[in-house]
Amino acid sequence: MKPRQQRMLALGLAALGIAIAAGLTLRAFQDNMMFFVEVSDVVAGNYPSERNFRIGGLVVGGSVQREEGSIDISFEVTDTACKVPVVYSGVLPDLFREGQGVVAHGRMGDDDVFHADKIMAKHDEDYMAPEVADSLSKHQQDIQEAVVKGAVECRPDVS
Amino acid sequence: MFPEIGQFALILALSLAICQTVFPLVGAHRDDAAMMGVGRTAATGQFLFVGVAFICLTYAFLTDDFSVLYVANHSQLALPTLYKVSAVWGAHEGSLLLWIFLLAAWTVAVARFSSGLPDAFAARVIGVLGFLSVGFLLFALLTSNPFDRLVPAAADGGDLNPLLQDPGLAIHPPLLYIGYVGFSVAFAFAIAAMISGDLDQRWAKWTRPWTTLAWLFLTLGIALGSWWAYYELGWGGWWFWDAVENASFMPWLIGTALIHSLAVTEKRGLFKSWTLLLAISAFSLSLLGTFLVRSGIIVSVHAFATDPTRGFFILTFLTVVVIGALALYAWRAPSLDSDAGFGLLSRETFLLLNNVLLVVATALVLIGTLSPLVIEMATGGKISIGPPWFNIAFLVPTIPLILLLGLGMHTAWRSQDKAIWWKTIRFPAIAALVLGVVIPMFVYGRVSVLLVVGCSAAVWIVVMSLIHPIRSLLREKGTAGITRSALGMSVAHLGMGLFVIGVTVVSAFGVESDRALQPGETIEVAGYEFEMRELRNVQGPNFSAIEAEIEIRSDGNVVGTLRPQKRQYLVQKNWMTEAGIDAGLDRDLFVALGDQLGNGGWSVRIQYKPMIRFIWLGAMVMALGGLIAISDRRYRVNVRKKAEVGAVSAEATA
Repeated sequence: MKPRQQRMLALGLAALGIAIAAGLTLRAFQDNMMFFVEVSDVVAGNYPSERNFRIGGLVVGGSVQREEGSIDISFEVTDTACKVPVVYSGVLPDLFREGQGVVAHGRMGDDDVFHADKIMAKHDEDYMAPEVADSLSKHQQDIQEAVVKGAVECRPDVS
Repeated sequence: MFPEIGQFALILALSLAICQTVFPLVGAHRDDAAMMGVGRTAATGQFLFVGVAFICLTYAFLTDDFSVLYVANHSQLALPTLYKVSAVWGAHEGSLLLWIFLLAAWTVAVARFSSGLPDAFAARVIGVLGFLSVGFLLFALLTSNPFDRLVPAAADGGDLNPLLQDPGLAIHPPLLYIGYVGFSVAFAFAIAAMISGDLDQRWAKWTRPWTTLAWLFLTLGIALGSWWAYYELGWGGWWFWDAVENASFMPWLIGTALIHSLAVTEKRGLFKSWTLLLAISAFSLSLLGTFLVRSGIIVSVHAFATDPTRGFFILTFLTVVVIGALALYAWRAPSLDSDAGFGLLSRETFLLLNNVLLVVATALVLIGTLSPLVIEMATGGKISIGPPWFNIAFLVPTIPLILLLGLGMHTAWRSQDKAIWWKTIRFPAIAALVLGVVIPMFVYGRVSVLLVVGCSAAVWIVVMSLIHPIRSLLREKGTAGITRSALGMSVAHLGMGLFVIGVTVVSAFGVESDRALQPGETIEVAGYEFEMRELRNVQGPNFSAIEAEIEIRSDGNVVGTLRPQKRQYLVQKNWMTEAGIDAGLDRDLFVALGDQLGNGGWSVRIQYKPMIRFIWLGAMVMALGGLIAISDRRYRVNVRKKAEVGAVSAEATA
């Protein structure tokens, strides 16, 4: 092939490849995009039903409950204003602890409980997932107090 | 005193790096041999002083000098000596020093083995590498000085993150960094060639062994990281499409494209401007990776300490390097036309497709990695892109890539005779299709489309990679055998085949199960019985642990005994899971302790991972292939002699 044809071939193939990739990307994106929803919004009912999303906040002190001998666990997550109950079945990450930051993947059930299929706590103790830190700073509550009492002043603005 | 010596050494290294940048570049421009000669000496000096700084920091760790802030934050008296050494690069400041040290080492190696290159060209390469050194040394001295003092000194240190106290992670960063930094050599060669405007095929030949060397280290580094995540993070997966993993994977993909594109440029003088662009991209993506990891703008399990000023510095440096390189490219690339043509059925076509597909794959990974950031900036919504998306999207370019890989290896340059080609490929193709159905059906008893595609692809690559080496073994005496570079290609592709089979089988047949288990109790997972025999306390050098003894039986026969631990490190008080793994080529059995359940029992994560070892074995074989290719003798012949005799022939042996 002559150089000109080569270039056209290369361009054509690249364009085709990118078009296919872009199409598939967009389609699969819709299905796999997972939103982060703040606890207060969850309480207000502003969350995507029928699909998975993430929540994050602090694990409320004393809220972690486990049926003896079972891997089922329940606890509450707070953004210092509101709190939401979470259930999970499985092994928890090493850094999961009351009063510490946590991110959970899952969906809301009809029982108004968040059913998590994945729980993440971060590597580093000083480190908090940025979206959790953001969500906490919005409410400006005393974190210590919130962790002990759970929710301090939950006023979800139902819109 | 040693920390101060280290800091002075870094400042001296910076001064020398400036000399190493200015003199050779100006000298090459003016054709002044004396000025060009400064480059090599300055590079050696820079290497020595960075070495001194590195030794000073290591010494501070070994002597528990907690008056150095970095040491106080990342070491501790009871830390085992091996981890005191690896703690040197366990966090940002030290890993940056390691980066600088390796860059200086690559520079010295290039200076040492470039005696065959024309003086002006070698000088420009050293100058460009010097410029990169200046950037990173400034970065270290201005934002991340590892020698900052802590006054008053701490009595004991804060300990190294327990996750990093592991032999695998002790050598993972150096390997990965050798790879990352190694792409700066390909970058420097590309820039040097563009500055001189003298872009014949020789620069491709000079660049190739360096690029392959960097690529093979990056391959090993990524594989080691994946292995570490598998056994140490306790999740049992081998790849999570985490932002930091992606950051190392993108340069690898582009580096792979670059290796293939360089082959075309060297042999046929084609794709010149494209190859230059890839060389620039590979290094830019390495820098982007560093930026992503260090700035903390992307949520990642790997993001340790992060700092916005550091992110800003790297972003600025990245911008300067990328814009500078691209401007030079825009100026020079249009003059790089080649009149050589090639047939539709030729190796050039396949390598072109290889490049297109690898670039598409890189683009997909980049989109997946950066889109949460873009969407947050555009809409304020916080989203994440899960591994399922990457898994699907990534298959789109890679399945055709694998099919074409087998064909391309057996296609001649320029144009290939169809009849001969068909004769070579038809039996492997049939074998791959048959075995692709037979293997999953008879070994594992289940068949699906993706399984057949995966197994066929793996068999296809393995068979196609073995044809050349076997023919060479069976050849008549006196005829020429396979060249090292062709053998290296075959071996690397064989590694790819092993990798594909590992990924396919473990994805399809792997079992993960979270269960409750008490001492004396037996549970069954994936056909194996796991009995918890006992729990006991054990004491490590800097941790105490609860250890479970778990016996694994299959049909009543004992397969092995695992001792997973839950460790508590004494200084940081963190709990850490140390999984127990019974490893084998055919399957891994993995047990990790979870939480105490209150009745004396524990939650445990049990996994059955068939053929997962092939994933890392495949990566090692790929790297071995790279090593064989570099050892080809044509890279060792004196280039200058050849250049004097006449231009290097385009007809080098295939």
